[in-house]
Amino acid sequence: MISTILFWLFSILAIAGAIGLVFNRNPVYAALSLIINFFSIAALYLSLQAEFLAVIQIMVYAGAIMVLFLFVIMLLNLKNEEMELRFDARRGVALILGVAFIAEMAVVFRTFANPEQYRLAPDFTYGKVEAIGRALMTEYLFPFEMISVVLIAALVGAIMVARKHTYHS
Amino acid sequence: MDFLTPHIYSYLAVSAVLFALGAIGVMTRRNAIVVFMCIELMLNAVNLSLVTFSRMHNDPAGSMLVFFVMCVAAAEAVVGLSIVLAIFRNKLDVDINHLNIFKW
Repeated sequence: MISTILFWLFSILAIAGAIGLVFNRNPVYAALSLIINFFSIAALYLSLQAEFLAVIQIMVYAGAIMVLFLFVIMLLNLKNEEMELRFDARRGVALILGVAFIAEMAVVFRTFANPEQYRLAPDFTYGKVEAIGRALMTEYLFPFEMISVVLIAALVGAIMVARKHTYHS
Repeated sequence: MDFLTPHIYSYLAVSAVLFALGAIGVMTRRNAIVVFMCIELMLNAVNLSLVTFSRMHNDPAGSMLVFFVMCVAAAEAVVGLSIVLAIFRNKLDVDINHLNIFKW
């Protein structure tokens, strides 16, 4: 019972945060709505017994990435985006594609062959840090090493792109 | 009240709604940073459905993929924001409608 209430509370919060992101004129308010959304998704991970991913979601997304976004927004000191309510072609296409995607998902969910087959497993043994670490160090060792190369490349690339170029040597 | 208990469809429906909202944001917003945040929202929606499938089959592959998606999203945010900074330094503007020097 309490898990049902929490699920609906956090899914509504997540969707409200997403709506706040898409329809807010001020970029700082949009970023704060996105933080609400990230925290709610972390709570949904917890309700799926994925504890490690919930903690990582809060630390990496709501912590690191959103601080970076807010830092850049405040560094650039952007004006509010004026959102006039005219209905141009791009908005029409965006709305049609969004509604079509939702409708397609609804059709897909309706046509699952046997709904009884698609139930959650009784227990989730891969949500704990121990199981995740064991999987990372055995079966997924190569992708784990490669992701560190990706992070180093992103770090060096970001420094190279964002630094002030001085052409006298 | 039985129809209210969270089923696998409920999680997938929330994920689909979040993804559609992120796509609408990418297509309608003009501020480059907000477009980036909408991309992060879409990545999160996909992560939610991956965790749901991982939980459904009690299989570590989905959780591992979410872990790697988070790493790649962090890298993408860092590189994208530095590109936005470099563009702002040159043009004093991050409106994607004004950034059309590559348009033929």
